[in-house]
Amino acid sequence: MRKSSELTRTAALAAVVDDPDRYLIVCGLGTAAFDASRLTGNGANLFPIDGAMGCAVPVGLGLALARPERQVLVMTGDGELLMNLGALSTASAQAPANLSVLVLDNGTWGLTGGQRTHTAMGTDLTAVAAGCGFPVALTVSREAELEAGRAALADDSRLTFVRLELNPEDPEPYPFERHGPPIRKRFRDALAAASPSAP
Amino acid sequence: MTSTPTQTPAVATTRPWSKPAYRLLREAGYTQFAYVPDAGHRDLIELAHADPGAVAVPLTTEEEGVALCAGADLGLTKGVLLMQSSGVGNTINMLSLIAHCQFPFLTLVTLRGDFGEQNPWQYAMGRASQPVLEEMGLICLRAEREEDVVPTVEASLGMVEPGGRAVAVLLTQRLLGAKKF
Repeated sequence: MRKSSELTRTAALAAVVDDPDRYLIVCGLGTAAFDASRLTGNGANLFPIDGAMGCAVPVGLGLALARPERQVLVMTGDGELLMNLGALSTASAQAPANLSVLVLDNGTWGLTGGQRTHTAMGTDLTAVAAGCGFPVALTVSREAELEAGRAALADDSRLTFVRLELNPEDPEPYPFERHGPPIRKRFRDALAAASPSAP
Repeated sequence: MTSTPTQTPAVATTRPWSKPAYRLLREAGYTQFAYVPDAGHRDLIELAHADPGAVAVPLTTEEEGVALCAGADLGLTKGVLLMQSSGVGNTINMLSLIAHCQFPFLTLVTLRGDFGEQNPWQYAMGRASQPVLEEMGLICLRAEREEDVVPTVEASLGMVEPGGRAVAVLLTQRLLGAKKF
């Protein structure tokens, strides 16, 4: 049984991400999509995924490899990451310095009824990331660790993994665009406008 | 990642179409080559690894490659997925990302379970590959002979961009030859 976290989800997330505008953000489905959409105010630097469970890390990896001059942040839940742990090996093999992975680990599949995930049954995702070869892999479970988490995510010199340990509760829903072509266009147009050398 | 092809890397290739097909991909702006290895893709994989203007991405499962190519597109470049038919089933959920967002997408698939196949394990997924890909919205172009490959890859490139489609080039067992394993 997991211990309870002293962190409050929304506040802890705001503290570790700090300045969402510094990142290109890819979020995984479910409650992480609410969090990312709220945090960015549905910003054009967010590609809000709400399906294709397990895709957040590899989408972020492709983006990070494509745009080495930009810092890429993947924000996803423990259930979403658990569906594709191999993606951590693939990311680590490439080791893009501009990629940071933030896992919002509350040990539950939130939107399906709060069933416990494997992280509430013994899997330590920070150890998994370290074992896959992430040069930085740390857990943030206390207020005093938030600053270290923020600095790790913002570090653009190394591939980074941060596990934010949260209580098994869900964030409030937050509305965001779910139609695929408009979010693809919005993201690419904003990136192109900010990247004068882009094709 | 730079997209400008300089020259085709000096890699000893095993098939006559490998270097022309690779050059077509690079000239069309493909910089990410994601793969689960197969003997039929060996040349393209080695070319990508040897090319300073491209990145070769070994995958643990084919589904990662689909998502990686979507990320490449979001990053204003292009990725291609190299896989064999035994991995097609692994991609179905991620192909929903391609379908839902209408990402342009290209995969080159080496087919097993066909012309002269001796391994009975290869038939189930090999036979299902084209129908599964088509059910997920991909257009499949088959290359049956060596002289087909370069024109088929060239045709696929235009269908992906500017055509905006998701396309699978199927490198058939008649083209590649049946394996002894």
